[in-house]
Amino acid sequence: MEIFSFVKRVPSTTANVEIKDQQLDTSGCEFEINPYDRFAVEEGLRQKEAAGGGTVTAVSFGDDASQKELRTTLAMGADAALLLKNDAADSADAATTAKVIAAAIGERSFDLLLFGKQSVGHDQHGVGAGVATRLGIPCITEVISLDISAGQVTAQRGVEGAVETITASLPCAITCQKGLNEPRLASLKGIMAAKKKPLESVDVEMPALALIVESTQPPAARPAGRIVNNAAELVDALRNEAKVL
Amino acid sequence: MSSVLVILETRQGELRPSCLEAVGAARVIADAKGCAVVALAPESANLDAAVIGAAGADQLMVATAEVHSADAAAATAARVAREISANTVLLTATVRGRDITPRIAALLDTGFAPDCTAVDANTMVFTRPICGGKAFSNVRINGDVVVASLRPNFFNAAGREHTAEASEVPSEAAKAQVIEVAAQSGERPDVAEASIVISGGRGMGSPDNWHLLEKVADVIPATGLGASRAIVDSGWRPHSEQVGQTGKTVSPELYIAVGISGAIQHLAGMSSSKVIVAINKDADAPIFKHATYGIVGDALEILPELAAELEK
Ligand SMILES: Cc1cc2nc3c(=O)[nH]c(=O)nc-3n(C[C@H](O)[C@H](O)[C@H](O)COP(=O)(O)OP(=O)(O)OC[C@H]3O[C@@H](n4cnc5c(N)ncnc54)[C@H](O)[C@@H]3O)c2cc1C
Ligand SMILES: Nc1ncnc2c1ncn2[C@@H]1O[C@H](COP(=O)(O)O)[C@@H](O)[C@H]1O
Repeated sequence: MEIFSFVKRVPSTTANVEIKDQQLDTSGCEFEINPYDRFAVEEGLRQKEAAGGGTVTAVSFGDDASQKELRTTLAMGADAALLLKNDAADSADAATTAKVIAAAIGERSFDLLLFGKQSVGHDQHGVGAGVATRLGIPCITEVISLDISAGQVTAQRGVEGAVETITASLPCAITCQKGLNEPRLASLKGIMAAKKKPLESVDVEMPALALIVESTQPPAARPAGRIVNNAAELVDALRNEAKVL
Repeated sequence: MSSVLVILETRQGELRPSCLEAVGAARVIADAKGCAVVALAPESANLDAAVIGAAGADQLMVATAEVHSADAAAATAARVAREISANTVLLTATVRGRDITPRIAALLDTGFAPDCTAVDANTMVFTRPICGGKAFSNVRINGDVVVASLRPNFFNAAGREHTAEASEVPSEAAKAQVIEVAAQSGERPDVAEASIVISGGRGMGSPDNWHLLEKVADVIPATGLGASRAIVDSGWRPHSEQVGQTGKTVSPELYIAVGISGAIQHLAGMSSSKVIVAINKDADAPIFKHATYGIVGDALEILPELAAELEK
């Protein structure tokens, strides 16, 4: 089974958010692999094993710094890594990223594309379904269980108030949600082995951005809160002051 | 004549109420542009044209597909968008809405603004939270058609008297298909859709105390039940109830946090709620900095009192 797992380098979720000149400034942030992409890498390793062979290639659209996150996926057990390199990749919105990835991956052969359900930070929930649409293959999003046998895919996902079971056939794209698996940590042996694994870097063009960020600001300050003495006062305030009941 | 297209979410033939807010937002945009609103249900559903019209739509199109398929829904939506020369396509930022939105943008070769909390109908600049609500960006689509998904509870249905003109349209073929929808037990709305949410954290002490929260939820109609990650990780409640960065994002009218400290990752999921109530025995708990109203005290004592007051 030929599998691509897509990983993005993102500012750590615990990083402080700095805004400079009305734009997000991540220059002081620590970076890490997008947490949901660990599920995509882990699932790639598991599906390859279940299929009895194949390759898992980790792919990132980013600048040279993303090599670090790609090495992490190699240390987890991916067979190869591919950097779609552009120094401005960080400015790309999900629709633009999907266009770039679809153009690069469309030339290669694959059975399964694995994405995170969203990349934290910009939280656009879009690249996986966007790539699949451009490639004309099915995509199942926010998957919490995945079974592939004889080219048939059966997946489950949670929607508001229900769990859906969805079927499709390979080649297929999946976006991974928490619950799908427990991502492994890289072992020392894995880290050593990763140094010898291939990391290919291909320069890619950046199309015109599809989403323009005009400005970014901190959230509107909440009006100062008030401590009330008991449940009766609270209910009174909710009914007569805030008028939410 | 161009139009604003709004995609209605239905499940097993029934309308999901939050998409009426998107119909209302479509109305506001259409009025600014002087054009019509077309509401499209991408699969067959039992819809009341008076309800859709009241929310703001001029036309209601219902497609023929019998089951849900995100790719078919997107293909049907993109085809209709071309047929009616849509200038804007709006969806709701639910699991299904987030699934279809990027597909429609790809099919129309344009960009999309996900999870928006506001729009300026004159400039078509959308506001959306980033970094779990720690900042908000103002964004604009660079493309012929604007595609956006709207967070539930930020927009309003038009509330006018009008019956939409209904018609049936063909569906496109499906690749992936939903073959089963297993509803979670209980009558309660999902936390992500509820207009009032009450969530419990570690301060609830034990899963045996959860009935105290449920009691409060029972006396306020349409209240969703949530939990902090500490609770979900302990196995007390399912992940579908987790609020926060790795759980659901909620923005109800009223959010009641009980025995929740207010960690940054929890705030990421609920800080845009309109009114926040915190009940915590520690007066220094960070949640109080974000609360509209707070009670300092033992949740296990306060919850029964709260239920009794609400019943009055
Ligand atoms: C990558 C990452 C992602 C995360 N994602 C999420 C997420 O999605 N959602 C989430 O919630 N967390 C998330 N967390 C965890 C988060 O950091 C906190 O650990 C968690 O929110 C704490 O849960 P809590 O408030 O229930 O528990 P605690 O922090 O232990 O707080 C319990 C509170 O209860 C109060 N209390 C105790 N007894 C009583 C009583 N009898 N009456 C009233 N109050 C009482 C205490 O004063 C305290 O404030 C994430 C963490 C990481 C690192
Ligand atoms: N620059 C990128 N390089 C590789 N994969 C990406 C990139 N951006 C997004 N993805 C993938 O798409 C998923 C969804 O991201 P997003 O649509 O940005 O929320 C992520 O979890 C990744 O798997």
